[in-house]
Amino acid sequence: MTRPGAHRRGFVEALNRTFRHWSLLPAVLVFALLTAYPIVNLLRMAVSTVEFKDGSEIWSFTPQRNWSQLLADTALAPVVVNTLVFVVVAVAIEMVAGLALALLIGGLTRGKALLRTLMIIPILVPPVAIGSMFKLMFNHDFGVFNQLLGYVGIAPVSWLGSTSLALLSVIIVDVWHWVPFVFLILFAAVEGLPKEVLEAARVDGATRGQLLRRVTLPLLMPALTVALVFRAILAFKTFDEVYLLTGGGPGTSSELLSLHLYKVFFEQNQLGYGALLSVFTITGVLSLLTFARWLTRRWALR
Amino acid sequence: MIKLSAASRAAFLGWLMLGAAMVVVVGPFIWIAVASFKHPIAILSGTWSFTPTLDNYTDVLLSKRSDFLAGVRNSLIVATVSTAIALVVGTLAAYSLHRFAWARWVTLGFLGWTLAFHMIPVLTLVGPWYLAFKQLGLYDTRLALILTHVSVNLPMAVWLMMSFFRDIPPEIEQAALVDGCHPLSAFWYVVLPLVVPGLIAAGVLAFVFSWNEFSIALNLVSQTNATVPVVVAKFAQDYEIQHGQMAAASILATIPALVLMVFGQRFIVQGLTMGSVK
Repeated sequence: MTRPGAHRRGFVEALNRTFRHWSLLPAVLVFALLTAYPIVNLLRMAVSTVEFKDGSEIWSFTPQRNWSQLLADTALAPVVVNTLVFVVVAVAIEMVAGLALALLIGGLTRGKALLRTLMIIPILVPPVAIGSMFKLMFNHDFGVFNQLLGYVGIAPVSWLGSTSLALLSVIIVDVWHWVPFVFLILFAAVEGLPKEVLEAARVDGATRGQLLRRVTLPLLMPALTVALVFRAILAFKTFDEVYLLTGGGPGTSSELLSLHLYKVFFEQNQLGYGALLSVFTITGVLSLLTFARWLTRRWALR
Repeated sequence: MIKLSAASRAAFLGWLMLGAAMVVVVGPFIWIAVASFKHPIAILSGTWSFTPTLDNYTDVLLSKRSDFLAGVRNSLIVATVSTAIALVVGTLAAYSLHRFAWARWVTLGFLGWTLAFHMIPVLTLVGPWYLAFKQLGLYDTRLALILTHVSVNLPMAVWLMMSFFRDIPPEIEQAALVDGCHPLSAFWYVVLPLVVPGLIAAGVLAFVFSWNEFSIALNLVSQTNATVPVVVAKFAQDYEIQHGQMAAASILATIPALVLMVFGQRFIVQGLTMGSVK
């Protein structure tokens, strides 16, 4: 008869022996079932039409139909342009403003901790709450933006309701939301700059402009790259604020890619065409990723 | 005119930016907080002098038409459970990749996949998720949200924990193993206590992401299982927009963020800026 506990010890030993394998397994399973399998399904959906009848799905093979839907989608071109304008403009403003704030506030002796605390708030607040706050503030009749314009004698502006301003308003909200994030990353890097190097350059007679261009910015390059990459990825995925603020309107003037996907999938119920669009989106993102890797590798070799 | 030296001019500019930044960051919250205590008429007239009222808050929290408290319950369950799972699964995977000699293609493949998945707009996957959960009978359940939130949070958890594991000197672990410690005990008693700050940072970030997450919750659950963001969005989306309730709901939804900021600031900053320094 085996002693009590021997069984348990055998189990623990087995756990130890196989630790290497079972420690990675759950994560692999999660990714396989919740990301890889859906992507395979997406490929299947992209060439099909999925309909619901009496609670059951009916799949039919219709690659031609989905493709012609893509060609007939008049919203697609403006959506792609809007998304590119949104990402480039919003991220550029955020990088410049975040860098300026980090450099100027890095030179202060007091107040840094307080500012850092405040800057965390916008990052942690639900984007939906931010969207609904700014929807109130952009209100034509009582919003704070038009109130402020009124004080300097400018007539109220339709921030969210005019085709020329809607995308700009969404960009304003995004800038408010994410400058703090860029600031936090760059501020940490500015605080970590080697003081001796800066001092040496100053002693050698470098002007403030030279110091910034030749010493500070090159030293901040890794942090700048990280902030830029993170922001570009997140900006590309923006959905919540646009959904709340404008719903993509008026017309398609502020519709971004994620919102368009949502509309095709869940408002027009075109699961097949939505999947085709998704496949294109994923392909685009992955080729950008590969291109960026290739670029940085070339850079590193030089 | 007083001539300022370059250094004090920069300092003055710094203080000016500091003040402006504070007004810009905090201003909207104050404006919304003030609006949330106004009657509808006071909101519409845009006045600054008004008799404060708690009507908006009682309406959001207690009225039969509002799902806010049910939303808080759903959000708490989804965020807590998905954070716990993401932490356990992510920490184990990070340790496995860091500690054990996996073939290059395994490590690169795994990390590359998480990176690619992190970059893809989540709405490309909500469609297939919707179909899969419908087939499994999980559509409109909190479990569907928990599972999807785990997959969304896992890349962050793995990367963050890997960078914390890398900071541990290998000698510490080797010493434990030489002294006869089993790999599992070395992990549990020696390594894990050293990465507690990382666990807190990853946990806080995962919780916040899950609490804030909107696009998945909007499409995978309906009214009874709706989370806080979905409920807040409804106040702004309904046919008849309720401005006061909208303001009150936004303020209420922000409270967890403020609490975390007070108690977990060090860990959040560490988590957010990790990687940029290295």
